[in-house]
Amino acid sequence: MNIWLIMLAGGLITFGMRFSLIYLFGKFEISETLRRALHYVPPAVLSAIIFPELLIRNSSLDISLGNTRLLAGLVAILTAWFSRSTLLTILVGMAALFLMQWL
Amino acid sequence: MSESKKNFVEGVRSEIPLLIGVFPFGMIYGALALNAGLSNLASQMMSSIVFAGSAQFITAQLVHDAAPGLVVVLTIAVVNLRHMLYSASLAPYLKDLSIRWKFLLSYLLTDEAYAPSILHFEKEGLATHKHWFLLGAGFSLWFTWQVSTAIGIFLGAAIPESWSLDFALPLTFIAMVVPVLKKMPMVAAALSAGVVALLAYSLPFKLGLILAALVGIAVGTLLESRQTAEVKK
Repeated sequence: MNIWLIMLAGGLITFGMRFSLIYLFGKFEISETLRRALHYVPPAVLSAIIFPELLIRNSSLDISLGNTRLLAGLVAILTAWFSRSTLLTILVGMAALFLMQWL
Repeated sequence: MSESKKNFVEGVRSEIPLLIGVFPFGMIYGALALNAGLSNLASQMMSSIVFAGSAQFITAQLVHDAAPGLVVVLTIAVVNLRHMLYSASLAPYLKDLSIRWKFLLSYLLTDEAYAPSILHFEKEGLATHKHWFLLGAGFSLWFTWQVSTAIGIFLGAAIPESWSLDFALPLTFIAMVVPVLKKMPMVAAALSAGVVALLAYSLPFKLGLILAALVGIAVGTLLESRQTAEVKK
């Protein structure tokens, strides 16, 4: 699919969800279970992207010290945990990857 | 100053602390979208067509990984489902507005516009003109997001490809996930989604991503329900 079609469809869906209950006020309620489930969407989707990015190299699982992205990712996870800063996490993670690729 | 103008300015003012965090985030998005292979124009336009930070980063990542369009759209939908919560929560305060206002405010309804607005509405109640507050918060965020995206694209174009900037996308995701991993169900949701993503990696059309996300969401929700049930006993 063309990137413009993706953006258009994604944008329309996003707008639709923002508009949905403002428009349907009083006619539709969000159940407690759905409400609860929505909290888990960001960590689930993002982890489903992060794990393969760090652990899969050339289409196979690579858990070794030679996997620089895995090691740099672990450094970034620690940085994120202690600093809670997006910018610092990216900078430290990138720096770790550079260093390891150079060494 | 008229009531509506006063509310608008108040909305802008309440948004300023958030804008300080959003600005670098928008720049990072611009640079990374470009690096992921989107054109200047597409990178910029996504910030106004989709206008949702995390979904835009994820779209850039998935386009970079050559995921099929349908999977990208489905992922955007899942990631942005939470906006229905904001929509539901603001609905009683906006119910008497014209459909044009509802359209405009819905378009501007991001996490960052929602947060200060709901606090303001809960305090002020159903006073007239209060929707101008949401407009002020939403518009200042929208404007900042467009400008910071443009600067990011400009700077991103200067970064050489040998810098493996594509790695900054998963790093951005790490920075988003790690701080929310405070309770056990959250950790379990993240870990189970990650492990399923690895196991299902070879599924066609990146369907492993959708499967992994659904498993993670289910695991987190079930664990939380069980915890709540145990507390009630």
